[in-house]
Order: sequence, then C-alpha cells, then structure tokens
Amino acid sequence: MRRFSWFNATSLTLGFAFLYIPMIILVVYSFNASKLVTVWAGFSTKWYGELLSNDQMLDAAWVTLQVAVISSTIATVLGTMAAYVLVRAGRFRGRTLFGGMIYAPLVMPDVILGLSLFLLMKPMFSQMGVHSIVLAHATFAMCYVSVVVSSRLVSFDRSLEEAALDLGCTPFEMFRLVTLPIIAPAVISGWLLAFTLSLDDLVIASFTTGPGATTLPMKIWSAVRLGVSPEINALSTILISIVTVGVITASLITKRAAIRQMAEERAAERA
Amino acid sequence: MAQTVFAPWADPNEKPLIEFRNVTKRFGDFTAIDDLSLDIYAREFFALLGPSGCGKTTMMRMLAGFEAPTEGSILLSGHDIAPVPPNKRAVNMMFQSYALFPHLSVWENIAFGLKRESKDKAAIAARVDEMLKLTRLEKFARRKPHQISGGQRQRVALARSLAKAPKLLLLDEPLGALDKKLRQDTQFELMDIQEKTGTTFVIVTHDQEEAMTVASRVAVMDEGKLIQVATPAQIYEQPGSIYVADFIGEVTILEGHGEKVGDAYEFAFAEGQPRLHAKTSRDLGAAGRMYLAIRPEKVSISADKPEDTPNVLKGRILDIAYLGNISTYHVELSNGQIIKAQEANTRRLSRRSFTWEDEVWLSWTDTAAVVLER
Repeated sequence: MRRFSWFNATSLTLGFAFLYIPMIILVVYSFNASKLVTVWAGFSTKWYGELLSNDQMLDAAWVTLQVAVISSTIATVLGTMAAYVLVRAGRFRGRTLFGGMIYAPLVMPDVILGLSLFLLMKPMFSQMGVHSIVLAHATFAMCYVSVVVSSRLVSFDRSLEEAALDLGCTPFEMFRLVTLPIIAPAVISGWLLAFTLSLDDLVIASFTTGPGATTLPMKIWSAVRLGVSPEINALSTILISIVTVGVITASLITKRAAIRQMAEERAAERA
Repeated sequence: MAQTVFAPWADPNEKPLIEFRNVTKRFGDFTAIDDLSLDIYAREFFALLGPSGCGKTTMMRMLAGFEAPTEGSILLSGHDIAPVPPNKRAVNMMFQSYALFPHLSVWENIAFGLKRESKDKAAIAARVDEMLKLTRLEKFARRKPHQISGGQRQRVALARSLAKAPKLLLLDEPLGALDKKLRQDTQFELMDIQEKTGTTFVIVTHDQEEAMTVASRVAVMDEGKLIQVATPAQIYEQPGSIYVADFIGEVTILEGHGEKVGDAYEFAFAEGQPRLHAKTSRDLGAAGRMYLAIRPEKVSISADKPEDTPNVLKGRILDIAYLGNISTYHVELSNGQIIKAQEANTRRLSRRSFTWEDEVWLSWTDTAAVVLER
C-alpha cells in the first residue's frame, strides 16, 4: 500500500473544492425557502413548483430544445461529410489549408463568430429568429463534429470500404452499409457534443436572435441581471442533473460495451 | 490411368482469362509496374511472388479495380476492364487484413455480396449455407468477426469472396496472419477449394514456400518487372537467373569461366580447383564469364573420394545446421569458397557420419547444377 501523503490529500481536496463548491452552493440554495438568495431559511422545493408554472421559462426551454436538436443534426451531417472528404480524398492541393480552416472556429472567440454571423444573416433574413440561431449553431458546432468524426475515420481500416466496393456496392451503398455503421459511435458523440454546445451557448445566440426566440441561457442571463432568484437556482440544478445523468449513462454504455467485447474475444481465443 | 497434365499456358489454342498488355503503373515519379505483359489462364492457381515493394500488390489492385494502369491495358476474357468500376467486375478479392465487416455476423458477411445482386432471399440463404459448409463454419454463422479465432476469420473472408462465384479470385497475402502449422493446413485447404470450385485464383505472397505449395505457376517479380514465370518445379530446378535461384530455396552460386564442350559447359571457378561439368539445353555462347548454381540437396557428401562422377571437390566441414529431418553442411574448399550440401538424417543423431573439421568429398552429377549468365 502507498503511504498516506498530506501533500497529495491537500492538493486533491483543494482541486475538487475549487471545481465543485460553486455548484454545490447553487444546488443547496435552490432548496432555500427564502426569497433572498444569500439567506438560508429552511428547506423547500417551492421554487421548483414555481418554475413549472412560469410560462416564459417553459417557452425558453422549448425554444432551446428545438434549436439544439435541429442545429446539432445539421451540424452532424455537415461535419461528417467534411471529415469524410478531408480524411478520404487523398492529397489534393490546399488540403492542409482546408483542414486548418475547418478547425479554426474552435479557437475563434465567440463574440467574433457571433458578430460575423449577425452581419451575414441580417441582410439574408427579413426577420431573425429560431431559424437564424439554428443556422448559427449548426455552423459553429459543425467543426466540433468534424474533429470527433475525423479522428475515428483516421483509424478506420480502408480495406473495409474496398471490400464493400469489391462485393458490388455502389459508393453510396458502401457509405450507408459499411462506413456509417462503423463510425456511428463517433457520429453520435459528435451529435451529443453539438447538442450540449448549442444548449449552453449564450453569446452567438444573442447575436443571431430575433423577436420571440429567447433561449434558456439568454433567459437566465437577463433574469440574473435583475437579481438572482431562487427560481434560477432551481433551473440550473435541473440542468446540472440532466447533464450529469447523461454523461454517466454514456460512459457506462461505452465501458460495458468494451468489457463485453474483451470477454468475447478472450472466449474466442480459448475456443 | 494417365491423368492429363493441367498446362493451358503450353497450349497455343487456349485463350487466356487475363491479359496484361504492356502495363505500366506510376505513382508520381515512382514506377511500380514497368511495361509488364502476362497471361493468366482459367482455372489456374497463379502466384505473384516477390519481396515487398516489387509491385505484386499493385498488380492485384489493378485487377480488382482499385488502381488503373498508367499505360497499357488489362483484358478479362478479352475485354478491357479499365472502364469497369470495382463493384461491376466479376472479380472478388480476399484482403490481407480480411476486412470483415465488424458490425455484421459471419452469415451476414458472407451474404453481403449476394444481397447487392438483389437475388431472392431463399437463393441467398442457400448459397450462404453452401459457403459455410465449404469452409466448415456452420457452427459460427451467428457470431461476429471478433468472436472467432484468426483461422476462422480467414475462412470467413474466403467464403465471402467466393460467395458470388467470381470468375477470378484475388488473394492478398491470405495466410500472412496465421501461425506456421495453421498456414500449412490452410494451404492445402485453399488448393482443395480451388479445385472444387474451379475458380481462377491469383495469390500475392512474399513466402516462396507458400507460392511453391499452392500454385500451378509462379511469377517471380522484382522492381515492377517479371523475372521468370514458370511452374514451381521449373522455377526451382531451372531458374532463369541468379535472382530467381537465390530467391527460391537455398543455393550455392559459383562465379567462373565457362567453355562449351558438346551439350555441356566446362567450368573453371578457382585456381587449383578441378573443373566442373554441367549439361544444359541453353546456349550461353562458346566461352565466357558465367555462373553455376547448385542446390545443396543435390550435392553428395562422402568420406572417400567417389569414382565415376564428373564433379568432385575436396573440402573441410565448417558448420552444420541441424534441422531435424535434414542437416545442411557448410563445406569450405581450399580456396575459401563455401559450398552447401544437404543430407537427409535417415539415421539417429548419435550415428551421424560427419562432424566439424572432417575432411570430406563433395560430388554431384553433370545435370545437377544450372549454368546461368547472370
């Protein structure tokens, strides 16, 4: 057994405290009975009840969900296509340039992305709204999807696709029947990434929004400017639990699949 | 009962199944295949043999349709296949990595090609079952590729590529991933399946033993050119060049001066050593610089000087490589030249007749050695 070290224990405690104390405070105060955020007045779940009867909040949640689902789907399709071409098309002139340009939005400040999208879309649409946020989110989430998918494609055995062609597939059938099923886990995690990015984006959505299209982060932001209410704490707690449950489920599924595959391979070797 | 020898390449009336006509393939500045012409006949088991980078895989990929020749044409049953995409060719390939679809079961892998032809379900099922039986995989039909062993995967890959009954089956280093014992068994299995199905097989390999075992004809390649195309026996017994003699099996090569005497050459290779004699049907000119290739198993080793043999040399045993069934002796002549001789170990080890530093006589007949120009 390793000897107990005060230094390690302290670093660990400090690190995790730094990460989680703010969130724990938020969760605790969401169960505060008092209207004042900083004064504890006993346990209560009334803010959760009030949240559910707040139509504005529910509307914002609905808009956010719509935007996230549609934009992450578009981003997944476009990002997968881009990744496929960049990995598969071989060496063409300017490939490095295209490859770099796909990833540039990853490091671009959100404010600049938002502003440039605003300048593009303002003259395009007579009115901005859900559709313009969807387009904006699809644009910036696409590069994240393409990073995830292309890392999978790089390790993909090219001869699988050749085998599909050799057995009589048209190039489209090859993609649908062989490539896509094999890279599906990467495509799905790309979609989840895009979904999360869209869910919590404030800056780009603020630039490209229009009347009637208020997303949840925008709603929270504007509500907080008038003072933090326990209702917002309750909403944030719900979001935290959704994300936590999602992440744990996803990692459990991946781990289980890996363990099962290992067990089966070992069984095959013994046979 | 005399069996007719399978040798369509010797019959001038026979039409080849595949014709390479002056095919050149370049990748940028690199020439992978250099002005190569080759005929392969139906029902042949044809081996492309050579070191890595000699162009053998490129030949195969051109047949499958993954690469197009830069110059020249490739004909399949008399038709140029250059404009035909890989999915429309009556050619199937078994990949080196097997390329089994990991998300499909063994059964679905084999059915994959058949389903693309949109045959009716019953016909597909019947054909898949037939293939499973041929490759003895009935028990594993529902398993996924990662749930079966390497040898079984290899058989799935073979079954999948044979399922569409192609005119031509390409095998890219098909046994490379198997261990030696399994590889030997599988070689015989491959030959058996090839005979049963009557499909033309073209196999790419760098393993000369494998090529010799399975093939009806072997093409030895180097740097994008064919060095020699012949039956395994001809390649071994009558190599056309030092490259081929050296690439296939063990050999001692002597360099010297040859002089034509009747249907044989008198060969002087060193000061103080007796002249050697080798009969040949080849004409290498009246006299000149040439080489003599001798296979070790054709060299006899004895304690006393043998009488009535045209080639006799005296030497001292330098090294013995004991391989169980045979031993290879490295015998050094007085001028330092080493000649390899092989003896079958028909007796038990303790009664072996020669040991290190023994003075011995080497001898071989006048048809044992091959005279080569280079």
